[in-house]
Amino acid sequence: MGFFNLFRKKPATPDLPESSGLGAGILVFDNTSEVIRAEKVLQEAGWPIRVMGPPQEIQTGCDLVIEFPLVEKLRVRRALEEARLSPLQVVPVNCPLLKPVDLFHVKDFGAYLMVRAANMKLTVDKASRCIVNVSGGGCPDVPYLAQEMVGQTLESAPLPRDIGHTLCGYALQLAFEEMQRRCLP
Amino acid sequence: MLAIIGTVPKPDFPLVMGPAALTGEHLTVNGQGCPVNRGTPALLAAALKTAQTLGQPDPQAFLIGDIGVGDGSKKLYEYLSKHLSQTRFTTLCFHYLLPDVDWHNRVMFAIEDMVPRPLLIADAGFMYVAKMSGQATQYDLFTPDIGELAFLADEEAPHPFYTRGFILHDDNQAPDLIKRAYTYDNAAKYLLVKGRVDYVAAREGILAAVTEPDIDTLEPIGGTGDTITGIVAALMEAGFAIPRAALIAARTNRLAGFYADPTPATQVADIIHYIPQALQEALEQNGNSHGFIR
Repeated sequence: MGFFNLFRKKPATPDLPESSGLGAGILVFDNTSEVIRAEKVLQEAGWPIRVMGPPQEIQTGCDLVIEFPLVEKLRVRRALEEARLSPLQVVPVNCPLLKPVDLFHVKDFGAYLMVRAANMKLTVDKASRCIVNVSGGGCPDVPYLAQEMVGQTLESAPLPRDIGHTLCGYALQLAFEEMQRRCLP
Repeated sequence: MLAIIGTVPKPDFPLVMGPAALTGEHLTVNGQGCPVNRGTPALLAAALKTAQTLGQPDPQAFLIGDIGVGDGSKKLYEYLSKHLSQTRFTTLCFHYLLPDVDWHNRVMFAIEDMVPRPLLIADAGFMYVAKMSGQATQYDLFTPDIGELAFLADEEAPHPFYTRGFILHDDNQAPDLIKRAYTYDNAAKYLLVKGRVDYVAAREGILAAVTEPDIDTLEPIGGTGDTITGIVAALMEAGFAIPRAALIAARTNRLAGFYADPTPATQVADIIHYIPQALQEALEQNGNSHGFIR
């Protein structure tokens, strides 16, 4: 960050419209892991971004893109370059993007609580906040995430967004955050 | 012979092919081992237990390490696209691979050259990519859970993560979702839908529904969907007609869960142990038509 930027009030960044459309652009990356890293970088820097599904023309199978205000293209690219992230493409949005599911299904088993986001389920022992099972999903990081998270508490478990690589990993992150919201003080 | 194709959550696990062997909760293929607690190893272990109970040859495995980056999946896709056409497998069961439409289509080209054409089963990531490729109807069986069924029913969703909100992921909606999946040609010839009620379905409608034993605590246990796919794959390879194989597999999985007396913290390896006993019981029930709607 330049010297003057230290004293400059952060310029207001335009909000994204409710539905994708004019004025929005998308950042396309090589893989979902990079999308998840870029999302973290841009969110921490305060950009109004959204993770969305790619337009049909560039879907390959397990994709996410980042929607951002197109007028901020240069500054967004610079922030990504500082984090050593290079999008494959930066293009304007010219059709509605697919929206990730945002509904959670919660099931109470008495001593255990299960939260489902999209196709991913996370189950926790309410008393100890220990993750006892991860189920659902179909991408290859699901068994890996389960291996790394089961047996850990909500406080000590690695975050799916840090060790996951796919849309299933991203869905598990959403379930994890919802579980934290419900179980942590 | 049955081949089971998928990934193992170990980044350094090499590409291995060969018969799978199960020792306790440990699976070995060509000297490479992994625990059976989830994913494709759980599916393989269930298929092995089923095949052995039926007196059938052990399934062959195609496994590689992949923790979601897609490197292992790509190597496996590449190997399959080059070599599957030279094999004589009679049933292929595809499982956890990173969805990639282009590679999926290359594998399908290789399968087209197989004589005789094998039965095709897809679950997990390979089912996602099979649907997204527009070639779902080329498959003989998909084994979705209710969330995945909603994805199959949504003709626009490329992944369950994008299933549109108006398509409810609800067990009560399963019959409508099945109908919708077939309307848009996004289902295999048969579906085995895993849920509170297990449905066996085809384009003409629901063929069977299995509700007993009703073990609510199976839902949170990772791998219980994988085991049912392993069981049905081994039954199909043994010559059971697909609807009958799916019905017996659904009953077997539930009975194995019943015998394991699970809590939401139970691990799937504890359930796999009971598959032989459960399968025997399900086969004895097979003589009657209990569970068949039509």
